[in-house]
Amino acid sequence: MKLKTILMAGAMSIAATGAWAECAFENDVPLKSLSAGFEAWKAVTDAMAECGNFSASLDQEFREKQPEAFAADPALYQIGGVSNATLVPLLNAGTIRPLDDLVEKYGQDLLPNQLIKVDGKTMAIAMMVNAQHLMYRDDVLAELGIEEPKTYDDVLSAAAKIKEAGVMDYPIGGTFKTGWNLGQEFINMYLGEGGSFFGDGNMPAINNEQGVAALETLKAMTEYMDPEYLVSDSTYVQQQFQQGKIAMANLWASRAAAMNDEAESQVVGKVTMAAAPMGSAVPATTIWWDGIVLASNMSDEEADAAFRVALEGMDTDMVSANNDVAVWLSTAYSAGPLAAGAAASAEGGAKAYPASGPMGIMHTSLGNGLADYLTGAKDAQTTLADIEADYVTAAKEAGLISN
Amino acid sequence: MNFRTFAAFVGPSVFMMLLFIAFPLVSVFKQSFYVTQPIYETVEKETCTPGFLTQSCVTEKVSQPKLDEHGEIITQTQYVGLQSYRNVLEPERAWRAISDGSWHVLSTINFWKALRFTLTFTLITLPLVVGCGLGIAILINNAARSIRGPVIFVSLLPFIITPVIGVLSINWLFRGDGILTAMMEWWLNRDIALFAQAWTIEILMMLYRVWHVAPFAAIIFYAGLQTVNQDSLESAVIDGATRWQRLKYIVIPHLMPLIIFVSMIHLMDSYRVFEEIVGFSSQGYVISLQWLTFDYLTPDQAGNRSISRASANSMLTMIGVVILLILPLRRTWRDHKGGH
Repeated sequence: MKLKTILMAGAMSIAATGAWAECAFENDVPLKSLSAGFEAWKAVTDAMAECGNFSASLDQEFREKQPEAFAADPALYQIGGVSNATLVPLLNAGTIRPLDDLVEKYGQDLLPNQLIKVDGKTMAIAMMVNAQHLMYRDDVLAELGIEEPKTYDDVLSAAAKIKEAGVMDYPIGGTFKTGWNLGQEFINMYLGEGGSFFGDGNMPAINNEQGVAALETLKAMTEYMDPEYLVSDSTYVQQQFQQGKIAMANLWASRAAAMNDEAESQVVGKVTMAAAPMGSAVPATTIWWDGIVLASNMSDEEADAAFRVALEGMDTDMVSANNDVAVWLSTAYSAGPLAAGAAASAEGGAKAYPASGPMGIMHTSLGNGLADYLTGAKDAQTTLADIEADYVTAAKEAGLISN
Repeated sequence: MNFRTFAAFVGPSVFMMLLFIAFPLVSVFKQSFYVTQPIYETVEKETCTPGFLTQSCVTEKVSQPKLDEHGEIITQTQYVGLQSYRNVLEPERAWRAISDGSWHVLSTINFWKALRFTLTFTLITLPLVVGCGLGIAILINNAARSIRGPVIFVSLLPFIITPVIGVLSINWLFRGDGILTAMMEWWLNRDIALFAQAWTIEILMMLYRVWHVAPFAAIIFYAGLQTVNQDSLESAVIDGATRWQRLKYIVIPHLMPLIIFVSMIHLMDSYRVFEEIVGFSSQGYVISLQWLTFDYLTPDQAGNRSISRASANSMLTMIGVVILLILPLRRTWRDHKGGH
């Protein structure tokens, strides 16, 4: 009896605070979403929840759950949050629906830029882009008379000067944690050098000059990094910045706002966002997007409601309220200095992350295999050859390379 | 007890064991000989990615799995014999490394690298756990009756803590400028990076494991100490035996079956070392066999996972545990036979 009263009171108070006051319509179809758990997704799903009858799962392990949950009939989640990489398994399994009819009906306010088209069909709606780019301590570099670094040679010589001047022991930070992060660092560098990952028939093609150059740059950077770099992920690098321990890092645009968070950061207003340093060909970074997809295993009525709720989640109100949280794709977004780095990298010609089935395996093989080079256990060629061998074994098992 | 009653008591437990232990084992065993994969076709596809003003679209050849009429991915399962085991063990590479006498190269091959650490970890922590456990048990036994309860509680604490939480707290105490590292740096007056080379990480892992498991050993030994024959102890005292001699000639032989029991449990547990690797995120330097299985099973962002290699690796892990257990088991068997 008592529990029921409490539940009722809870329900009443939610209703009383006007749960769907800011939503353009009242949603009466129960909907669920599954997405990653970073700040931007929290903002978007909170805005979706204003329409009522909606519950969001923000889950760091979403990519393990999503393919199975969407393959169920009816799908366990109607709305999914994906990035360009995690879109691949859903596309392959055919568990997400084309959105063209819904875009035509409700999507007048979407930018053409937001429609992710695969073979002419809109399969996802992007809401934000993300990229790793150079962040540096303005004050530190200016004091030593160092120009904004444009290439990795610049970054390294700047680091040498900072260290020599005794300002910092380890001027460079990097997301070098073994696994996904370290793999991503190599992919940035390798694409910056103009390399390509695969030859014919999904065979690997990274054991070449560009690959060695990418490895050598990574190793040169570790000279100026905290020796525990193999355990440092994005959050760790962000904290190193906030505590004033490092002066430069190639860090995600979605972390930029944290530099000016007065509750956490001791370097408010001192970090400048710049383009990712140039490789031989293009800026050494990859452009990512995050966005929503709809499951194909649900009724048209549900899809209709899900699409409208999803659009509410990324509408102009949400974007203006959370302007600095991400680099939003929206007419309401005003690109401030925090977005300058991502924008400049894109203008410099940075490539999109080349997401695909084989790339998923390559990313894992790279992430697991690179540490041996950085710790000095193997030389560059052996490292790359071993990574290729590891990739071939896994790709054969996955059926991507014929035996 | 007649057979019917016996069966009624034992039946449910046997059924559960078949369902949750034997059946999955057989299934993993079978999977290690088969590979299931989707059938891919190569198609030309145009994919567009948002830029800042316009989209950038690329057309390229991609492999995509074929779907059947229900929209399910068509998969084929084929018998591959020992191929998955070969993929895990990489015998040619390993053999080349061994015949070159290059220990260094051998220890860069995943399985052998993991096996090296797993064995070192298991065999070094074993005597430490037994020794510390015995020490704590004797300490508790000699504590005054009034404080015995609190002492037992305090010494059991590490065992109660959830392993992952325990590992993470050690990680945070020592990583970067964690409190304890900072203290050591201040004391030794030099820069210390404990997570920057393999051996320091390994020592931390072993310390953690001993700290975590010793209380379990201690409580078992403490129970055993209650049944030591007091008459023999007293006569030993009268004969002028020292504390050490009493321990060596009376207490330890009495506890031997328990020591074997604790050793076996510890061998089985520590051969499957896993939380330490994840909690310390040490995979750049140190990996274990169990972690390797986990890594094969974790899907990458495109959804690929290596179930066959994971199965093969977990079978190999199990075989390893069995081999390790043969020695203590043989001893128990001998004692058992000789005892009657």
